[in-house]
Amino acid sequence: MTPAHLLEIETQAKAEAAAADSPLAIRGMTVFYDQKPAVFSVDATFQPGRMTAIIGPNGAGKSTLLKAALGIVTPLAGKATIFGAPLSERRDRLAYVPQRASVDWDFPARVADVVAMGLYPKLGLLGRFTGAHRAKVKHCLARVGMEDFAHRQIGQLSGGQQQRVFLARALAQEADLYLLDEPFAGVDAATERAIIDVLKELKSEGKTVIAVHHDLSTVPEYFDDVLILNVRKVSEGSVAEAFTHEALDAAYGGRLDLAGTAALPVSA
Amino acid sequence: MIGADFVPFALTPLLIGCLASVACALPGNFLVLRRQALIGDAISHVVLPGIVVAFLITGTISTWPMLIGSAGAALVAVAMIEGIRRFGRIEPGAAMGVTFTALFAAGVLLLEQSDTSGVHLDVEHALFGNLESLIWLDAIGWSSLADPQALAGLPPEIFRLAIVTALIGLGLMVFWRPLAISTFDEGFAETLGLPVRAIGLGLVIASAIAAVAAFDAVGSIIVIAMFICPPAAARLMTNRLGAQVLWSVAFALASAISGFVLAAYGPLWLGAQNAVSAAGMIGTVSGVFLALAALFGPTRR
Repeated sequence: MTPAHLLEIETQAKAEAAAADSPLAIRGMTVFYDQKPAVFSVDATFQPGRMTAIIGPNGAGKSTLLKAALGIVTPLAGKATIFGAPLSERRDRLAYVPQRASVDWDFPARVADVVAMGLYPKLGLLGRFTGAHRAKVKHCLARVGMEDFAHRQIGQLSGGQQQRVFLARALAQEADLYLLDEPFAGVDAATERAIIDVLKELKSEGKTVIAVHHDLSTVPEYFDDVLILNVRKVSEGSVAEAFTHEALDAAYGGRLDLAGTAALPVSA
Repeated sequence: MIGADFVPFALTPLLIGCLASVACALPGNFLVLRRQALIGDAISHVVLPGIVVAFLITGTISTWPMLIGSAGAALVAVAMIEGIRRFGRIEPGAAMGVTFTALFAAGVLLLEQSDTSGVHLDVEHALFGNLESLIWLDAIGWSSLADPQALAGLPPEIFRLAIVTALIGLGLMVFWRPLAISTFDEGFAETLGLPVRAIGLGLVIASAIAAVAAFDAVGSIIVIAMFICPPAAARLMTNRLGAQVLWSVAFALASAISGFVLAAYGPLWLGAQNAVSAAGMIGTVSGVFLALAALFGPTRR
C-alpha cells in the first residue's frame, strides 16, 4: 500500500474513533426540500460534556440538520450516530426540545400532562402512573421555575412559560444528550435566564447540550462550541477557534441575500 | 313510551343509534385535534360507491363484501386525491373535497341505475340509514331480554356495532399514550421511537371501520355529524384530553337518545301526524349541542 492509502485509512480510523466517543456525530448529512438543498454534505462531531450552538442565517438548515439526525426528516444521504451507535439503539439517552411554534398549544392538556409525556419511555403503553412519577414531574417543573403552574392549561401560558414546560418535559427524560431547537426564540428575559441556568446545570452534571441558536451576541457567553452552518458547514470548533469574523462573514455576509430568499422552510 | 311496545319497536334502534354515535365520536376526538376532521367526512362519503360496487358484484349486502368494497373505495380515493393534488396543482383540502363529493355522486348514480329493490340500498338509505326499521319483532316486552329464542332474533347490526365500538374503545385505552403524544407533538413522538405514521394510519383505519359499521345502520348523516360534533362540543367543556373523550361519549349518547325521541314524538307534540327521520334528527341535535357548548361551555374561547 502507498503512504497515501495508509494516511487515508488512518484518517478514517481517527474519524471513527471520534464518532464513537461523540454524543452526536453526523457524517455526510444531505437533505433536500423540493429539489433545493437544505443541508448539504455536513460532517459534525459534537464534544461530550459541552454546550454547542448551531448558528447560521435563516434557511441555513440548522433545524433541518437536527431533525435529520433525529430521523424526523428523511435525509437524501448521510448518517448520524448517538454515543457511537445508531439512533434506534440510543433513544433513551437523548431528549429533544422542538420549536415551541411547532405544536398547537390549544391542545387539551395541562402543564403536568405535557411534562409526563417525557416519562413515556419508562411507563410504556400500560405502566401505572404512580406517586413517584408525579413527584418526578413536580421536580422537573420546579427546576424550570414552573411548579405553581402544574394544573394550568398549556394554552394559557406565555411563550416563555411554554418553552420552560418543553424543557421540563426533556428533563423528565433524564437523558445524556439534550437537543434544543431555538430554545430562546420569542421568550422573555427571565425565561432566557432560567433556561440557560438549567442548561449550565446539565453541563455541570456531565450532560451534552446542543442548541440551534439565533442571537449571535450571546454565543460566547452561553456556549463552549459552535457549528456555523449555511447549508454546508462553514466552521466547527470551540468558540475561540470557530466563532470568527471570517467564518461569520462566510456564513452571513455575501450570501445573506441568497439565504434570505431561498425557499427552505426552517421548520415545516 | 316505556309500555310493552317500547322493547320491540324502540329499544333496538335506540341502542344501535347510541352505539353508532359512540363508535364515530371516539376516534373523532383525535381526528378533530389533528385537524383531520375532513377525513371522517371523506371516509363516510367514499363508503357509498364502495358498498354499491360490492353489492353489484356479490348481489348481497353482507358485512365482508361491504367492508372490502369500502376499503377499496378508500384506496381509490387516496390515489385520486394525491393525483389531483400533484397534477391539478390544487391545495390538498380542495383535492379532498372534490374527490369525495365526486365519488359520493358516482355512488348515487350507480345506485339509481342498479336493481337494488330487493335489498335496503337506495339513496335515502345511504343518507339516513334505516334506523326505524331495525326493530326486534321477536320481543314481547322486557322479559324477552332473558329469552334466548327472542335474543336470537335481534337485528345483526346491533352485534356488529357493539363489537366495533368495544374494539375502538379498547384500542383507545391501550394506545392512549402514544396516540395522545403523537397527536400533540409529532416530532417529539418520533424521537421517543413511536411509530407516528402507523399511529396516524391506525386512527384512520379505526375511523373507517366505525364509519362502515355505522353507515349500514344509520347512514352517512349520523356518521359525519358524530365524527365532529360531539368531540368539538366536548373540547369546549374541559381542558383535559381524557375528560374530553368522556364528554364526547356523553354528547354522542345524549344526541342519539334525544334525537331518536324527538324524531318519533316531536312532530306529535307539535300536532303533526308523522314522525321524522331519526338519523336526521340525531345529526341535528348533535349540532344543537355543539352550538350550546360554543355559547356556554366553560373552556370556550
